[in-house]
Amino acid sequence: MSSIGTGYDLSASQFSPDGRVFQVEYAQKAVEIGGTAIGLRGKDGVVLAVEKIVTSKLYEPGSGKKIFHIDEGIGMATSGLISDARHLAENARNEASSYRNQYGNSVPLKYLNDRVSMYMHVYTLYSAVRPFGCSIILGSYEKGQPVMYMVDPSGISHGYFGCAVGKAKQAAKTEIEKLKLSELTCKELVKEAARIIYMVHDELKDKNFELELSWVGKHTNGRHEFVPKAVLAEAEEAAKAAMEEHSDSDGEDM
Amino acid sequence: MDLKTEMKIPADFPFGSSSTASPSDYRQVAHTPITTGTSVIGIKFDKGVMLASDMLGSYGSLAKFRMIERLVEVNKQIVIGAGGDYADFQFLRDIIKQKVTDETCLDDGFMLKPRSLHSWVTRFLYNRRNRFDPLWTNFVVAGMQDGEPFLGVVDKLGKAYENECVGTGLGNHIAIPYLRYALDKKPNLTEQEAREAIVKSLQSLFYRDARAFDKYQLATITADGVKIENGLTLETDWSMADLSSGAD
Amino acid sequence: MDVDTSNLNPNDWMNAELSTGTSIMAVEFDGGVVIGADSRTTTGSYIASRVTDKLTRITDKIYCCRSGSAADTQAVAEIVAYHLEFYSTEMGEEPLVETAAAIFREMCYTYRGQLMAGIIVAGWDSVKGGQVYDIPLGGMIIRERVSMGGSGSGYVLGYIDANYKPNLPRDECIKLVSNTLTLAMSRDGSSGGIVRLGVIEGGKPIQRSTIPGNKLVRFYSGE
Repeated sequence: MSSIGTGYDLSASQFSPDGRVFQVEYAQKAVEIGGTAIGLRGKDGVVLAVEKIVTSKLYEPGSGKKIFHIDEGIGMATSGLISDARHLAENARNEASSYRNQYGNSVPLKYLNDRVSMYMHVYTLYSAVRPFGCSIILGSYEKGQPVMYMVDPSGISHGYFGCAVGKAKQAAKTEIEKLKLSELTCKELVKEAARIIYMVHDELKDKNFELELSWVGKHTNGRHEFVPKAVLAEAEEAAKAAMEEHSDSDGEDM
Repeated sequence: MDLKTEMKIPADFPFGSSSTASPSDYRQVAHTPITTGTSVIGIKFDKGVMLASDMLGSYGSLAKFRMIERLVEVNKQIVIGAGGDYADFQFLRDIIKQKVTDETCLDDGFMLKPRSLHSWVTRFLYNRRNRFDPLWTNFVVAGMQDGEPFLGVVDKLGKAYENECVGTGLGNHIAIPYLRYALDKKPNLTEQEAREAIVKSLQSLFYRDARAFDKYQLATITADGVKIENGLTLETDWSMADLSSGAD
Repeated sequence: MDVDTSNLNPNDWMNAELSTGTSIMAVEFDGGVVIGADSRTTTGSYIASRVTDKLTRITDKIYCCRSGSAADTQAVAEIVAYHLEFYSTEMGEEPLVETAAAIFREMCYTYRGQLMAGIIVAGWDSVKGGQVYDIPLGGMIIRERVSMGGSGSGYVLGYIDANYKPNLPRDECIKLVSNTLTLAMSRDGSSGGIVRLGVIEGGKPIQRSTIPGNKLVRFYSGE
């Protein structure tokens, strides 16, 4: 340990001299190399979309899902280490189930978010554990309102109108900011979400990817569902067409 | 050494008494039913299964709750019905609903099937009876499995069977003969014929079961899914009263 | 030597459990609920209290009507109130009536063998408005537009059937509750005293009132 700032990154239980917990920052790095995940909260529901990078042609299509059902009306999109995300999904499901068992109705997302972020935060406190290498986006539609939260590996969480995580989060955020989210319906958001994922996908670095799309809103009766195949196909078509158009106009500029 | 002194019966063992306990030292483990529902009946037909139960929650002989749902949709291919203690039914229903939610979360394309649920209810109820704390409820599980109708009963101790037509409680005595007669005449009933047999059975139950009621639920499960009709009313016929007027 | 004398004592009240052999009632109306109860607490046939309050606060907008053992229902109500107090601070919002009822049910079902408690939970929340949940002896739960409990209910359920219809306005509900309770109190020896009423409406604190025994409506009671 020759200079200040080295040797402080081996455990989550120690600060560095300048007040950082390196293990948590490394965990955030793990998220930054994950496939992009976005969440859009419109006027009548939430749409979740994930760019699932397919690293081998030998995988079955649809395997290794990155969007999870948590409860009848709650969905969770993830970016980062998939196995960490699965563990968190299981934790969130148990929370949802125990809440219903105790209080007789489905868990408010605000509370579930508190519990899950608290759980993630605990893993940033001890030397015997490592923080979660993933961020999660939780979405639901309750009491006639869409709700969405995002939690990062440090356990920090915020409510969002639109959010993005993963390798292309900056580009995705720029696109999301252009949308008038509070005026858009789920059906419109699905197209936007597909377009954004297709747009921010880096074809040079990651050849293949699968688009995962789910929604929860008024039209699904508050149930979290994967977007039907036909709607997904349509959204993907529109996204590809938009890409074409984009590259065409790029050509004209040149 | 006397074997008896070796084997001490635990103080909290529900049956028998240890040598030191006074005769009044017992505890009641099993409960008695309080709010109860009466029979559930069911019959298979060519394309599915039909289940019916009235909507009365009796409190002793008091007709206390008259809008109680005793048939519940479990998923797109199963309906359960229950008679007996309604609190126990709600208890098990909530567990089953959570099972279904857990399964939806897995999202692996599999769905609970009626035969599995029937077997699971069997195990659950039998386990409770082995703990001397049975749930005081009889269950009927109806649904579609691999394109075939399924219809089975589990009683409160876990005894179970499948049949073309079933009935719990007084339904087993009053409705079954009607339903069997209908099936004997024509083994492959149409939905309409099954419905007629069910309604006729409900009528007889209403006439002859002092805990029955004329408002009922009727569930139809086919390959297309589950349909539950709530709050139907039985039509009754009292014209035979004239025949016995003047008689004691 | 331990001799059980309970069966020899002619004064049953020396041994009987303090219990609210009761008449309690709650009705939903558009925008709130009306709750009501008599005020008699008996030990056997001795009236231990003639001005009992069986309408118990759980939160500002959720009340319960208690029947059965006074000790059991008081204990259960206190525990549920504690749970919901904690719930409100943790969640930062008022609990739903449904939630209160679910906690009551959980206790009443789990300890059904040990408890003598028939409880009506009534209140108002911003999601479902005025709600009434009945949790009778066995620990089942059901939402009802109108619900009556306690030993007095057996005598007057027919009166409710004859006089209640859905969407009854607030003031009619109050009248129905006071009349029903008055009738129940006159026929049920274990009910009596005064009628206690409460109205919980959205956004307002509970409005409580009483009708003393000598101001009750006098229905037919013999020539």
